Amino acid sequence: MIIEIGHYALVLLLATSIVQSLLPLAGTVRNDPALMAVAPSAAVTGFLLTAFSFAILTFAYVTSDFSVANVWQNSHSMKPMIYKISGVWGNHEGSMMLWLLILTFFSALVATFGGNLPERLRANVLAVQGWITTAFGLFILLTSNPFLRLDPAPGEGQDLNPILQDVGLAIHPPLLYLGYVGFSVCFSFAIAALIDGRIDAAWARWVRPWALMAWSFLTAGIAMGSYWAYYELGWGGWWFWDPVENASFMPWLAGTALLHSALVMEKREALKIWTVLLSILTFSLSLLGTFLVRSGVLTSVHAFATDPTRGVFILTILIIFIGGALSLFALRAPTLKAGGLFAPISREGALVFNNLILTTAAATVLTGTLYPLVLEALTGEKISVGAPFFNLTFGLLMLPLLLAVPFGPLLAWKRGDLLAAGQRLFAAVGIGLFLAAIAQWSQGGGPVLAYFGLAIGFYMLAGAVTDLALRSGVGKVTAGVARRRLFGLPGSAFGTALAHFGVGVTVIGIVAVTAFETEHVVEMKPGASVEAGGYTLTFDGMRQGRGPNFTEESGHFTIARAGVSKGEVWSSKRLYTARRMPTTEAGIRTFGFSQLYVSLGDAMSDGGIVVRVWWKPMILCIWIGSLIMMAGGFVSLCDRRLRIGAPQGARKARPVPALGAAE
Amino acid sequence: MILFLLLSPLPAFAVNPDEVLADPALEARARALSAQLRCMVCQNQSIDDSNAELARDLRVLVRERIVSGDSDEAVIDYVVSRYGEFVLLKPRLRGETLLLWGAPIVLFLGGAIAMMLFVRRRAGKAVGEPLTAEEKAALEKIVAGSQAKGAGGES
Repeated sequence: MIIEIGHYALVLLLATSIVQSLLPLAGTVRNDPALMAVAPSAAVTGFLLTAFSFAILTFAYVTSDFSVANVWQNSHSMKPMIYKISGVWGNHEGSMMLWLLILTFFSALVATFGGNLPERLRANVLAVQGWITTAFGLFILLTSNPFLRLDPAPGEGQDLNPILQDVGLAIHPPLLYLGYVGFSVCFSFAIAALIDGRIDAAWARWVRPWALMAWSFLTAGIAMGSYWAYYELGWGGWWFWDPVENASFMPWLAGTALLHSALVMEKREALKIWTVLLSILTFSLSLLGTFLVRSGVLTSVHAFATDPTRGVFILTILIIFIGGALSLFALRAPTLKAGGLFAPISREGALVFNNLILTTAAATVLTGTLYPLVLEALTGEKISVGAPFFNLTFGLLMLPLLLAVPFGPLLAWKRGDLLAAGQRLFAAVGIGLFLAAIAQWSQGGGPVLAYFGLAIGFYMLAGAVTDLALRSGVGKVTAGVARRRLFGLPGSAFGTALAHFGVGVTVIGIVAVTAFETEHVVEMKPGASVEAGGYTLTFDGMRQGRGPNFTEESGHFTIARAGVSKGEVWSSKRLYTARRMPTTEAGIRTFGFSQLYVSLGDAMSDGGIVVRVWWKPMILCIWIGSLIMMAGGFVSLCDRRLRIGAPQGARKARPVPALGAAE
Repeated sequence: MILFLLLSPLPAFAVNPDEVLADPALEARARALSAQLRCMVCQNQSIDDSNAELARDLRVLVRERIVSGDSDEAVIDYVVSRYGEFVLLKPRLRGETLLLWGAPIVLFLGGAIAMMLFVRRRAGKAVGEPLTAEEKAALEKIVAGSQAKGAGGES
């Protein structure tokens, strides 16, 4: 009975979302405040209904109610509780429910915290959110309903795919979806602005916090997914340019561009039309990603949604939303007035450069992902586009961008001085080269290109610090004043510096692990040892073990450096009983930012076992850098100017500069 | 990413110790080539990463060709002649892949030119109408007034 109540709540959500789609829009057309006022209450009700429905689905999983087909297919009564809960979204139907939950959550946030939005804008934004909710509500109810029952109810479930039985599943999809779906708000703002034909700097100020929030979550979600793949798959890779990864990476690239162009629009009223277009494109890429992943169109043999009706349904949603949005854009964009002027060398110019490269990169990833598909459809010829293609093209595109990043914040708005910015970055360039030279000396050789990459990474770190130092006037004023100025800087200044610093950290990690990683594939018998990264790894023997729903064989290794013990590591192979499916649990031991990664292979007939050992220098920097980027996004979000929102009418709403008030 | 995890193969190894060539230089070449070749029965995996039977056969084949003295290009040509272009993870530049390789360059240059034109055109434009003589006079009066006021305030 309780399952049916959850099902019913989902149907009610569809009804409220239809109301939310239509009435507020009618209100703005007729200029009727009563109709417009329906939007916030419909949005909040929609969220409560979805949350209730989602809670009931979770309840079915927690109580292992196998009369629900979805629970039977993806759960098992012996599964640990955390995986029963995270298993809710570890399958197609449940993950779409999570998508919908987050979508309605964002609508409710706009409804609740959008008090300072003009009435018409808020009504239109929520109406567009309503359209998206309606589309996906229909999709779930018609093609992917998680509440369908089985009769008679089976006694035991089929268990969750063992690879997904990991804490990564509890964290990665929710973060990723918060990012993916968060961009729907930017999309709705863009459509609302186009409907009304009005757009100004205040609009950008309302959009930027949403873009920042979505971007921060997406950054964390992608990084978390990368780390999960790294430790779970057991072959030590951290990015594979897989279509599914690309699906999340394209909105990230476009979203990063959006973040920067919204900045120009907010500060200088320039790039209005472009920002609107980017808002549309970013969410379109999120939708495209959902389509690619959910429809199984990319030769995925194991995709958990290979039902063609689902693919066709999402494709229809995709065409209606992207096609509709772009047509509206084509119709209305010429009526939007272009804003502020700027010289090519200026802060605006630097941000345009950023946008040019990021959108080209997103388009390149898109082309590479879809090219084999399109070519096969048109000519029947099968080709592959894989990591070597993306590494080459993407790498070349990123190079000029990385070099330019520290320049951006140092250039003045409207007209900047490249030479002066270059002079100020002199120290950063010097520090970058110096640290790379030290690395070269300590490593004793290696590819020149790698040290060039490291120099870029260090230069970006130093560049981010330079930006903060210049802003607080280090060297020009006394240390006390500089410190006070530093703490008086707006949150967005810190956010920028932090995020750019994070990019540098990630670059260092990627370069170091790509160039200096070592790998050993050896057959080992107990007592044998292998050298990796200056550590000696000795194999002690195997042990049998048993978990709640798996059996495992673990190899024990002791680690020593120059004869001194540095700990131990277990590396295991598991067999999950319900699905008879094996997994590896790689043994990972962290030293500073570097890791020793041990993975077990096949047992040999003579009692030995194949062991693969990697030394992964500085690899943690890749994910730590991403987390710093995310932190930068959130720090920027805390900026008082964003919280207060757009200035209303005159500039009286502008906060008094903190410094002046303190004196 | 979840899907990707699902798509990945059963855990075991790709390159096994018995396949490794004795000469480290030849082995390094074999590894580099293997990373460029697709495992035909896998989802987006190179033969270097895959543990499938077919990937193993292909790895052994690549090593045999290298040992017999083939250059890198000759090995690739040989593998392509047997398995088709599908085996290459980095497609070669030819008619069918012109758009693929051209897209980044064309988009970047096209975008750069469009933006330069946009900035030039807008920067070259005079902003608004020039001031009339009356407006100039009025402006000077305001400026002078505010300067006097500013000076007064400071003293």
